[in-house]
Amino acid sequence: MRILVCISHVPDTTSKINFTDDNKVFDNQGVQFVINPNDEFGLTRAMWFKEKQNATVDVINVGSSNTEPTLRKTLAIGADKAIRIDAEPIDGFFVAKQISEYLSSNQYDLIIAGRESIDYNGGMVPGLIAGLSKINFVTNCTSIEIDNKSAILEREIDGGKEILNCDLPLIIGGQKGLVEESDLRIPNMRGIMQARQKPLEVLSPFSSDFKTNSVKFHKPAPRKEVKLISPDNLEELIDLLHNEAKVL
Amino acid sequence: MSVLTYIESNKGKIKKSAFELVSYSNELAKQLGTELVVLTINVEDTNELNKYGVSKIIKISNSELDNFDSKIFSNVIAQVAKHTNSNHIVISSSLDSKYMAPLLAIELDAGYLSNVVELPSKLNPFTIKRTCFTNKAFCESTIESDIKIIGLSGNAFGAIENETNSSSENLEVSLLDRKITVKSTEKVSGKISIADADIVVSGGRGLKGPENWNIIEDLAETLGAATSCSKPVSDMGWRPHSEHVGQTGKPVATNLYIAIGISGAIQHLAGINSSKIKVVINNDPEAPFFKAADYGVVGDAFDVVPRLNAKLKAFKAQNS
Repeated sequence: MRILVCISHVPDTTSKINFTDDNKVFDNQGVQFVINPNDEFGLTRAMWFKEKQNATVDVINVGSSNTEPTLRKTLAIGADKAIRIDAEPIDGFFVAKQISEYLSSNQYDLIIAGRESIDYNGGMVPGLIAGLSKINFVTNCTSIEIDNKSAILEREIDGGKEILNCDLPLIIGGQKGLVEESDLRIPNMRGIMQARQKPLEVLSPFSSDFKTNSVKFHKPAPRKEVKLISPDNLEELIDLLHNEAKVL
Repeated sequence: MSVLTYIESNKGKIKKSAFELVSYSNELAKQLGTELVVLTINVEDTNELNKYGVSKIIKISNSELDNFDSKIFSNVIAQVAKHTNSNHIVISSSLDSKYMAPLLAIELDAGYLSNVVELPSKLNPFTIKRTCFTNKAFCESTIESDIKIIGLSGNAFGAIENETNSSSENLEVSLLDRKITVKSTEKVSGKISIADADIVVSGGRGLKGPENWNIIEDLAETLGAATSCSKPVSDMGWRPHSEHVGQTGKPVATNLYIAIGISGAIQHLAGINSSKIKVVINNDPEAPFFKAADYGVVGDAFDVVPRLNAKLKAFKAQNS
């Protein structure tokens, strides 16, 4: 089984978000970049398939050379090969188009992406790849088992979950549940040393198509000071929620 | 050139989020100088929509569409969009709609933006505001393609009542083969899902253990609210992952979010930022959540919450 994991390189979840250049560009000063958490759950599940079902695991990213430390980390965790498509991503379509073009000459049984990246939150790359490459697609995926050429998956739905069955090839949008937080792997020294020897292939972009563009950013307006209510006067809280906030 | 909006239903009944969706779409149609067409699938009674200014409805009835399938549904909506010659398609932020949207975008060669919170600020180029960095920022984004798909964030716009008469058309569509089989569906019965809730009551580590969740559930029941939790709580297995709210969990965009015993880590705040009113109950006055809240009570959850619940019950009884 050949697995491709799509990796997004995103600011760490604790990052303070700021913008520069007249609010047109994300300010990456002092920001630590990590593997997108939803992708990391998927990568860790891919490692399980590698160890238990002899899968090979490649990772792919669309980005500038700045993303290479993140790709090296995926190799240190255990991926076999990394592919970087050398282009600054413009939007979700741009990314999906590159990966879909790559897939047209490289066959995989399972493609794992995160349900969304935590920076732009578009939540569309795996679905766009599925549409472009005409393969089965399941998002909000919280569990996957593969038996021969077929997959059993669990998908989160509003207010519950459903169990699905479909044939490979398949692309999933993964999230927590694929593995637990405690299953995530921190690369060890041996992994880090091995990662240096593993292939990291850099490809030129296949296309320059995009559909949307992020023009300008704003931060939310600063909040008003919190109104503190004494625990002995909870009627006041109810009154404020009813008459002032009008939410009761 | 009409605006098309697809509204979801559950067992033939229109979902509440639909009213906000059609209110938004109506305003969008006005802005574009065109009309709104609403698409329903397997909804018998669409009268409720008249209250929100819907004048044209396309109804599809086909029992094969009782179970959602993202590929089949996106293909159906694409067929309808071609039929109505719609260049703007508005969908909700439900998990099903978000699942389907990118497939629809490919079907129609359209640009799609999710998490949209306002009407377009400009039509040329088509510029619209959405949230990004998990609610830590907003982004003005353009859609450059002729056909545009707008994923409206929940509780971002509100429902606007505007009584009209409507006409409806029944449309036959062809269906793709089902490639993904649904083997089983499990819904938590009798409970409101976070996505559908106007109010969410959320508990954190301050509750000390899963056995104490009754105070969260009792309060939620009084308020008709959904329950959720912080990340450590789901990581420790006190509550299911599906209740985890935050950057790597679920986003919550509700009218009222009540956080009990949650300190307010930056990742948690990101997840709930688009909720309108936040109430924090915590015994630590230094908890960072107080800086992000509208109303706060510094006090012991085990003392405050049951008393608040009793008072709310009395309030509800008086006001119903």
